[in-house]
Amino acid sequence: MKIAVCMKQVPDTEARLRLNKLGTWIEEEDLPFVINESDECALEEALQIRDRQSSGEVVVFSLGPERVREALRKALALGADRAVHLLDPAFAAGDPLATSRALAAAIGREPFDLILTGSQSDDLGWGVTASLIAARLDLPHAWLVMGIELEADGSTARVVREMEAGKNEIFRLRLPAVLEVQAGINHPRYASLKGIMQAKRKEIASLGRAELGLDEEEAGAAGSRVEIVAVEFPRAGGGARILEGDAASASAQLVELLRNEARVL
Amino acid sequence: MGGVWAILQHRDGKAHPGSWEAVTAAKRIAEALGDTADAVLLGSGMDDLAREAALTGVGSVRVADHPALASYVPGAHTAALVAALRQGAPTFVVFPHTYQSIDYMARVAHGYGAGILSEVVAVAAGPDGLAWTRPILEGKLQARARVRGDGPMVVSVQAGAFPGAARAGEAAPIAALAVDEASLTLDRDLLGVEDAASDVVDLTAAERIVAVGRGIGGADKLGIIRELAAACGAEIAASRPVIDNGWLPRDRQIGSSGQTVAPKLYVAVGISGAIQHLVGMKGAACTVAINKDPGAPIFNVADYGIVGDLFEIVPALTKALREGRST
Ligand SMILES: Cc1cc2nc3c(=O)[nH]c(=O)nc-3n(C[C@H](O)[C@H](O)[C@H](O)COP(=O)(O)OP(=O)(O)OC[C@H]3O[C@@H](n4cnc5c(N)ncnc54)[C@H](O)[C@@H]3O)c2cc1C
Ligand SMILES: Nc1ncnc2c1ncn2[C@@H]1O[C@H](COP(=O)(O)O)[C@@H](O)[C@H]1O
Repeated sequence: MKIAVCMKQVPDTEARLRLNKLGTWIEEEDLPFVINESDECALEEALQIRDRQSSGEVVVFSLGPERVREALRKALALGADRAVHLLDPAFAAGDPLATSRALAAAIGREPFDLILTGSQSDDLGWGVTASLIAARLDLPHAWLVMGIELEADGSTARVVREMEAGKNEIFRLRLPAVLEVQAGINHPRYASLKGIMQAKRKEIASLGRAELGLDEEEAGAAGSRVEIVAVEFPRAGGGARILEGDAASASAQLVELLRNEARVL
Repeated sequence: MGGVWAILQHRDGKAHPGSWEAVTAAKRIAEALGDTADAVLLGSGMDDLAREAALTGVGSVRVADHPALASYVPGAHTAALVAALRQGAPTFVVFPHTYQSIDYMARVAHGYGAGILSEVVAVAAGPDGLAWTRPILEGKLQARARVRGDGPMVVSVQAGAFPGAARAGEAAPIAALAVDEASLTLDRDLLGVEDAASDVVDLTAAERIVAVGRGIGGADKLGIIRELAAACGAEIAASRPVIDNGWLPRDRQIGSSGQTVAPKLYVAVGISGAIQHLVGMKGAACTVAINKDPGAPIFNVADYGIVGDLFEIVPALTKALREGRST
């Protein structure tokens, strides 16, 4: 089984964020980047499926600047067979329409039996890029996948999909399909030393706009309908009353307030 | 091309609360454009719901009624809606940002040839068209976005951002949308619904909750949280990553995929405050946040906050609670 995985590199959720000088995006210099959480779960799911079948190939796709190579390298160390880097300044500042157009074009070059993605990127959080890839490739899809069982020689899959309020929905769909994995479907592995060594010999191919057969007005900002013009820290709602002092004194104040002001103890 | 359509979501004859928020948002967009807002229902046997929607101040209610739309299947819902959109040609299509809508709205956008803008929390008329606001980086920042070019847009609106449409004016007309049965693709074979958690602890009745987030760093560190919970007579709950990592069982999850609670006291420890978590606890009467990041969004919704290392603060708070009790 040949499996494609879409993986985005995003700022580490732990990182302290700063705005760039123009306030149009975050300052990326010195910012630590990681593989998007649900995408890491998609990769883990792909590796497990491949390994259960004892044959097959996992190919990782990522669109982004030069720094993304590090994420692809990590995916190869975790066990992916090959990586494709969609790398071109023309891809910058794409909205889901533009980004999905490029990814669908790249994935569409090879016959995949299954395409696994994350459900949502932890930076832009559109939640729709992978469904658009499915639409462009005219494949069935599901968002928020919490379980995948291949059936009938891999021609269908039994899929568990998260619903709201603690329920899951179960259905069968035809493969190839785009399954958008939700964080928590599995516990992603750590890279082994052996994996890291082997990754050095694996291929990372680069594809640019022209190689994907896209016109200038189809890629990145030019191919987008949505443009982010400014980013800002949200204005504190009512805002919490912050209790100052060391741990002991802040705690004492808090207990006093909970008891006598909020009256919840 | 013209008009703004709100796509209502429903189950068992009842509207999802997000539906009315989509109506509110659609009306606001329509107002800014000097246009009208309509409500759209896809399903089977929705007469009561259509009458309810007709009273929300929309221009009309359009109903695609077909047995194949009775349960949500993306292929069928997409085909029915795209056909109706091509016919009616609205400029904006507004969905509630729910697990069902997000599942198929991208396909709808693709089929209708529309752009897509998800998880909107505010829209305002600006000098160069509508100015949209949406959270990014898990709510740590907000982005202001602009729509470029012509052509329709599909947008989704986050829960709580556009409080539900109140009854307004007279009943709007209800019109049927044509449904072409042959076009409805049943791309999923529905097999059933199950509980995500195997055991079910009902946290909705808890008066006090101590909820722990990824900041705790591991199951082996939960001892101080249990002690804090014991000291204030609280149940333990958690944000999603704590559950996903297997540090606590799934039935302790608070948020859009977990339980929705409204305790007297909610203490959020090492939780950043992403919207999917907040929707599960915003009904708490009093919220305390303990977080080392003063910019964590949880402080925007909390009543009281302590900024610092939870491994220092939680034991100190437990001690203060115990001491307070003995005096
Ligand atoms: C469709 C969907 C559904 C979801 N459903 C849910 C849901 O039901 N419930 C839910 O909770 N989430 C849900 N999520 C995930 C949600 O988006 C967030 O990723 C999640 O809530 C973050 O959890 P967290 O705050 O514990 O972790 P993080 O965002 O990683 O925050 C950890 C926090 O701990 C703080 N911290 C770290 N170390 C310390 C320390 N030593 N002392 C003090 N503070 C510290 C950090 O400053 C940070 O603010 C869902 C996401 C999606 C896409
Ligand atoms: N630049 C990218 N490169 C590779 N995959 C991506 C990219 N952007 C989004 N995706 C995939 O699409 C999913 C949804 O992303 P989003 O629509 O941004 O929330 C992610 O979890 C990824 O699997």
